[in-house]
Amino acid sequence: MDREPPVAEIEPTSSMAMTEQKVSYTMDSSLETIDSAEEKATRIAAELGFGEDEVMQISMAVREGAVNAVLHGNAYAPDKKVTLAFERTAEDFIITIRDQGPGMDLSKIPNPLAPENLLKTSGRGIFLMRSFMDVVEIRPSKAGTELKLIKHVHGPTAGGKEASQ
Amino acid sequence: MTMKVGSRQVDGVTIVDCSGRITLGEGSVVLRDTVRDLLSKGNKKIILNLQDVNYIDSSGIGELVSAFTTTKNQGGELKLLNLTKKVNDLLQITKLYTVFDVKDDETSAVKSFK
Repeated sequence: MDREPPVAEIEPTSSMAMTEQKVSYTMDSSLETIDSAEEKATRIAAELGFGEDEVMQISMAVREGAVNAVLHGNAYAPDKKVTLAFERTAEDFIITIRDQGPGMDLSKIPNPLAPENLLKTSGRGIFLMRSFMDVVEIRPSKAGTELKLIKHVHGPTAGGKEASQ
Repeated sequence: MTMKVGSRQVDGVTIVDCSGRITLGEGSVVLRDTVRDLLSKGNKKIILNLQDVNYIDSSGIGELVSAFTTTKNQGGELKLLNLTKKVNDLLQITKLYTVFDVKDDETSAVKSFK
């Protein structure tokens, strides 16, 4: 018996622009997945009617989330997958990214705006996600980390908003 | 579109014209290798012309910081020229605008080196 769950590789179409829709992808832990996640987010956000700036914000946030899942979560492990889901509800565009890594330690995320961290070469991904999205939820567990990125469909844009770290 | 670079010398300053995306993977590696190569050849006055860089992610930002600190640690100076609005916005929200010397005119950027 095949123990793998069915992969919902449904190409999002204009039906995503209708009321409540969801599409999900199961992807390898590779650099290609990061580019692919970004491309999918860009395409779907544009189809949902977000403006150019918001599409860019969503696209960048999803890219950062995918980077975290592939690099820091699954550490490029070929046997570990990244699950990416896009969901359109009446009020929100919700992107969920799950990895199968050891679970992110939220206490070890530094504030990249602190003077002592400004010249660090990493550690800005979550900050950027929080800057670009209306809600960022991170749920680490021993089975992996679940990241939820939410952009309100009819709410104020997140442009220029300071992160709430 | 992957990142492409070309460098030229103007009055003792090396201007690196970058185009494309500075992101995790090839784009970041190209930038890193370019700056290290320049420094190893004694070119320590460097301007990164980012006029045609249309996308940069956190890894790319990290690579810019790395290029800046590596150059500084070797007694050189690295400045940024002609930021697109997107890159400018990113440097603003990450407060790196206060770290980098950002120029918007090539002639004055070249003259600004000591």
